[in-house]
Amino acid sequence: MNLSCVGLSHHNADVEAREYFAGHVESDRALRNCGCNEALVLSTCNRVEVYAASEKRVSTDEIARCLVRDDTPHRFAPPFYRYEGEKCAQHLFRVTSGLDSMVVGETEILGQTKKAYEAARATGAAGRYLHRLFQRAFRVAKQVRTHTEITRGAVSVGSVAVDLAHKIFGDLQNCKVLVLGAGETSERTIRALVSRGVADLRVSNRSPERGEALALAVNGRAIAFEQWLEQCGEIDILITSTSSEVPLLSQKKLAPMLRERIDRPLFIIDIAVPRDVAPDVNALDGVYLYDIDSLQSIAEQSLATRRAQVAAAEQIISQHVAEFDAMMTRGLNCPAQSSEHPTVGIVEQGS
Amino acid sequence: MDRYLLIVSTVCFLVAIAHTALQMRGGIFRPMRFNFFAVGLGFIFQTAFLSIRGHALGRCPITNLFEVIVFVAWSIALFYMVVGPGYRLSLMGAFTAPLVVLLQLFALLAPIDKPHRVRLPANSWLEFHASISLVAYGAFALACIAGAMYLVQERQLKTHHLHSIFYHLPPLTDLFAAITRLLWWGFGLYTLGLISGFFVGEPLPWIQIMCAIGVWFLYGLILQGRYLHWFAPKRVAALCIIGFSAALSLLWGITFTAQTHTP
Repeated sequence: MNLSCVGLSHHNADVEAREYFAGHVESDRALRNCGCNEALVLSTCNRVEVYAASEKRVSTDEIARCLVRDDTPHRFAPPFYRYEGEKCAQHLFRVTSGLDSMVVGETEILGQTKKAYEAARATGAAGRYLHRLFQRAFRVAKQVRTHTEITRGAVSVGSVAVDLAHKIFGDLQNCKVLVLGAGETSERTIRALVSRGVADLRVSNRSPERGEALALAVNGRAIAFEQWLEQCGEIDILITSTSSEVPLLSQKKLAPMLRERIDRPLFIIDIAVPRDVAPDVNALDGVYLYDIDSLQSIAEQSLATRRAQVAAAEQIISQHVAEFDAMMTRGLNCPAQSSEHPTVGIVEQGS
Repeated sequence: MDRYLLIVSTVCFLVAIAHTALQMRGGIFRPMRFNFFAVGLGFIFQTAFLSIRGHALGRCPITNLFEVIVFVAWSIALFYMVVGPGYRLSLMGAFTAPLVVLLQLFALLAPIDKPHRVRLPANSWLEFHASISLVAYGAFALACIAGAMYLVQERQLKTHHLHSIFYHLPPLTDLFAAITRLLWWGFGLYTLGLISGFFVGEPLPWIQIMCAIGVWFLYGLILQGRYLHWFAPKRVAALCIIGFSAALSLLWGITFTAQTHTP
């Protein structure tokens, strides 16, 4: 039985090509009709890949045709990549571990792969060969995440801010957040905070209309711009992104407000350029000030750490590839390990 | 013979430290179960040591400075076993082990394991007073460790230099809550120990009483300052370290003085 992977991804195809070959509900049947005993389509925003097990070699063109939504001739000459045997296993292990992702170490791909696998098992499109391959891939991904720092740290400004907030406050559910200025980045940061449970949101903007619109969009409440400073005694997180030419908050202004809240930290995220908060504010006890540069620098540092971990991850992957290859060479007739038993109904297809 | 148990216990704590150091060197820190088990094993050997020594003495094994130090190290490990997993402060093991090793190495290497020439009569109030006070030291030690963790985390957040350990340390507010609880536990137990001292029925050296009251006042002041907002959390954390260092030196003084006054 031949294992193969045919696909295109963000590395070699633009979004238009990926859309064109994104697969459809009939792709499974079409792939079986063209000779694949087992086939699984992994279609995400960054990649479209077909993992197949077949008695005879099915050409790349045939597989590509099965992925096209309609019969309209395509303008693309898509550079489909193709991996066979152990290379196929290696590629899948790299994909599920986040090594082949646009942001190295992202974990969303593992969930997407699991979903695709469950769907293929449910329809009977994936049998015991793909079962072994994917179960092994999930194990590899888990091991890579556990034994390396490939997923460590956030890699976008919004998620870095959320991570830092978590490291200061722990549970964010009871945090009070004030957003000063209704910019796009601040909206993204608010949404990231809301996704972690923040419920008390206040928005203050020079133009009350925009402030109210953002407050409505994020389920918060609008605060008059003249009153924002008074809020600093109450809030836990301040996000500023106004277009003010001079700093709106200085040590002198903030210090008196901190006296009453000495045991509660204040996290300030200043994403405005020029900055809204004077740098000396960071010197105050219990105040943690991060501007756009420091957030970006942490994001870059995390990305660098993740990249530095790639070699360690590749080592884990090669060990598993060798083991998987040995298992395939022995054939699947030898007794399977308990961990490799299917979690959903077994569909025996071909041998 | 019982000293071998203490040596094995020290080795267990050393293994926890070495494991942490190796992981830190590799740039990967996992606040894994390994530390908890290594410290747990060390704690079992400590308990075995104290149990054998206690049986041999026919009383609580805190009759000389050596035993007192081992008892404090045992209290620290005990509090870690109770508090560490409870508050999800898994990294605490990495901070606890070095302190326990320091104490036990000092106890093993310094010539302080001097048996009393006369068998000391058992006095249940005295034993309760001394042992409960030393268990309180365990809570103060853990508060000191949580304080050190707080300062490490706080510094990283202030300077924006986040190391591998940053991602594994608990949030500042959780650490501060743990410090507060440990201070209350320690203070409560120490108060109990102090009160029970009045029922001992035999005169205690005045310097010992003054030192004990001094430690009680010190921790009372930290707690008072924390609730009256005199000190920011960072200062409370620093005071926990200063407080425990002072308490440990006083403990040494108390025990040393007590030994020189006993026949």
